[in-house]
Amino acid sequence: MVSHSRPPSRLDVAWDRGFRFLTWFMAWATIALVLFIVYKVTESAFPALQRYGFSFMTTSHWDSNREKFGVLPEIWGTLYSSGLALLFATIFGVGVAIFVSEDFVAPAWRTLLKNVVELLAAIPSVVYGLWGIYVVIPLIRPMADWLHNNLGDFPLFGTPFAGPGMLPAAIVLAIMVLPTIAAVSRDALVNVPPRLREGAIGLGATRWEAIFKIVLPAASTGIFGAIVLGFGRALGETMALAMLVGNSGVISVSVLSPANTLSALLANHFPEAQGIEVGALMYAALVLMGITLLVNVIGELILWRASAGMKGAH
Amino acid sequence: MTKMPQATSLAIPMPEPRLHRSMTSFRTLFSMLMSILTGLIAIFAFVPLLSVLFMLIWRGIARLNLAIFTELPPAAGMTGGGFGNAIMGTIVMVGVAALIAVPFGTLAAVQMSEFGRNSSTSSVVRFCAKVLTGLPSILAGVFAYATIVLLMGTFSAVAGGIALSILMIPIVMLTAEEALRQVPMKVREAALGMGATRTQMVWKVVLPTALPGMLTGVMLAVARAAGETAPLLFTALFNQYWFDGNLAQPTASLAVLIYNFSSVPFKNQVELAWCASLVLVMLVLAVNLIGQRITRSSR
Amino acid sequence: MSTATQSETSAGETGAQQDVVIDAKIDELHYGKFKAVRDVHIPFTRNSITAFIGPSGCGKSSALRCLNRMNDLVRGFRLSGHVHFRGTDIYDPKVDPVAVRRHIGMVFQQPNPFAMSIYNNVAFGLRLNGFRGNMGEHVERALRHAALWDEVKDKLRASGLSLSGGQQQRLCIARAVATEPEVLLMDEPCSALDPIATLKIEELMRHLKESYTIAIVTHNLQQAKRVADKTGFLYVDTSEGGRTGYLVEYGHTDQLFTDPREEFTKQYIHGDVG
Repeated sequence: MVSHSRPPSRLDVAWDRGFRFLTWFMAWATIALVLFIVYKVTESAFPALQRYGFSFMTTSHWDSNREKFGVLPEIWGTLYSSGLALLFATIFGVGVAIFVSEDFVAPAWRTLLKNVVELLAAIPSVVYGLWGIYVVIPLIRPMADWLHNNLGDFPLFGTPFAGPGMLPAAIVLAIMVLPTIAAVSRDALVNVPPRLREGAIGLGATRWEAIFKIVLPAASTGIFGAIVLGFGRALGETMALAMLVGNSGVISVSVLSPANTLSALLANHFPEAQGIEVGALMYAALVLMGITLLVNVIGELILWRASAGMKGAH
Repeated sequence: MTKMPQATSLAIPMPEPRLHRSMTSFRTLFSMLMSILTGLIAIFAFVPLLSVLFMLIWRGIARLNLAIFTELPPAAGMTGGGFGNAIMGTIVMVGVAALIAVPFGTLAAVQMSEFGRNSSTSSVVRFCAKVLTGLPSILAGVFAYATIVLLMGTFSAVAGGIALSILMIPIVMLTAEEALRQVPMKVREAALGMGATRTQMVWKVVLPTALPGMLTGVMLAVARAAGETAPLLFTALFNQYWFDGNLAQPTASLAVLIYNFSSVPFKNQVELAWCASLVLVMLVLAVNLIGQRITRSSR
Repeated sequence: MSTATQSETSAGETGAQQDVVIDAKIDELHYGKFKAVRDVHIPFTRNSITAFIGPSGCGKSSALRCLNRMNDLVRGFRLSGHVHFRGTDIYDPKVDPVAVRRHIGMVFQQPNPFAMSIYNNVAFGLRLNGFRGNMGEHVERALRHAALWDEVKDKLRASGLSLSGGQQQRLCIARAVATEPEVLLMDEPCSALDPIATLKIEELMRHLKESYTIAIVTHNLQQAKRVADKTGFLYVDTSEGGRTGYLVEYGHTDQLFTDPREEFTKQYIHGDVG
């Protein structure tokens, strides 16, 4: 018999080496890209960093004529709008996750709900912005006016409703981060070993006692990670805020007041920025990057810990 | 041999068990209340989607005609017009982004799953990809502005494409890696056992098997990029005129057109914004659907 | 609380007519379109151990889970027949499955302690039922009942997951008996354990039957022989195309193993079918 096998030709070996180098290069390029993004934004922000220093984050002017820049209201608006959105999105996201992971209705309905939530994530944010302007703001106006007129002494409703502002922005933002929270929480809930749930039911727990006392605590790390990741998404979201938050650099606890966020500031000022304002915007971008990176890394670490913990329980 | 004894012959008196449901017990009521509440939350989750879809159809379909695709955006206060240039610009910039992101993401994924599996480099690369997924899209725009716009001295389709590619790379990479990992180990061993080099194994066996999953990832990334606005605002900016093949000039896109027209006081422009939203959503959903079909048909 | 005192009186009444605590008559048990079990009629008598044996997939776990309505968790579950628990049909629409499970406790195949302390694991069921009394005393009693007290009395605050497999299973037994049910259902409680831990649990079962009525599913014939008073043998009927379990024979364990009435039982016990 004649053997058809042969050692790889020289060309095969060269192509093997070349291709492996190429993939190796691209993998490292990913690391380089992340570092380069951080470097480039920092470098571009450097003139403003030098000139304004730390006071950039503690003052509230944005005046390109007098070259005075500070982003305290934007930092406040970013955190406040994201926090509010997270409040709504957590209630609904975790609720949807429980509904989809528990056996309340036939599997077909659960799949439908899961698809609806996924579809929510597919709609572009600029479309949500448009929807917010023409649907959400008119819809909440009567309620917002009532809140201000009757509960106006309460700081939360201390200013008259101006249309674009914190509340409509936070509502739309909540819808946008709901899919993240719902999907990641659902994964955490599904990963709870069914025998724990069975154990609780077998001891005479009602469905909700099993959920609250056993299932949710077992999934709590994963759900917390989901909320943190949702927070990261909300912090960086731009269009819904640029279109709905009112773009006014005031610091107010009133949810009816217009406000501004870091991302909306960048979206509105970058196209026409000149000179030192570019540096100031880069500085603002750097602040935004710092906050979101921190939050996202914490979220990923929590999820990583949650999945490691689950492995031990299985 | 046993006889079946009578079901209720109690020799020893025991307290009668209370088995009947009590509608006034706190535990029963609480459980029912929570079930109803969760059901309401689930139903409520449908509301925004239905509302958005309803508005898109109701306000968008009125202007949906051929002129939309063949005409240029109208100037302020003018009637008629369309956004053919914006559709074209979106396709061009997403194309540029895909040309960068698909090879980049795929090759890095091959390294992570085939050559450097379980290596610490792969973990760091994966971590970086996840960090990029969480990067606010506007920061991709800021980065492209700092590197390309300032360098070229003008807003351009290239800058827009590069900004979008930064958002696509991690999606392509992570889904491709996932797809590659699904390929059974024994398939690889069979190829290597027949004397293939690792590269031949990847090209002839692993990539064809993982292709549907990888394509789904590409589709997801394309859908995401097509809907993005923030990275284009100050990289591609906008253009009133047709795209003429020059990648080094400001370029229109559907998303930016919607943004620009959303807040103007002219009825015509607002109508066009809704219509453009309908077109954009249909485009994004179609691409998503194709992506899902690819995975499903391969199973 | 009553069972412990009751057991002493009943233990003295050996030889008297044994009374039926659960009378199960499963005509048909469906999961959706799938008929899992048919024609199982078994009475469970007080202070005895009744074992279900049979090959895997013969529906013995499904039959067991009917007895405290654990099958309610499975979508598409339907039962025709009845399960009388001391005279009440637990499938009566007026009956609350949660209350049923409080009287008929369950120990599962895989030890499933909750991710909380040993103490809290045992106290879990008591707290659900709004127990007001000396919790520490009750937890100790349950742990003693499960023959685990001496091993854990110095580390009640340690996580239940820190115990060995056999200890975890005994913790689950302690957890189940803490609420003082009348019946204990055990679904292959030793299948995940090593032989020594298995023997320990079997010894515990013989002890527990003085206070409880026990039903156990096992694929281990020797185990049924060692612990059970009565045994039911289930087998799979594939004649209708599906895999439907049915009761081939039920009787005293000695009789079933030494002198089975059915040829099928004989073959199974001798390892000719399986």
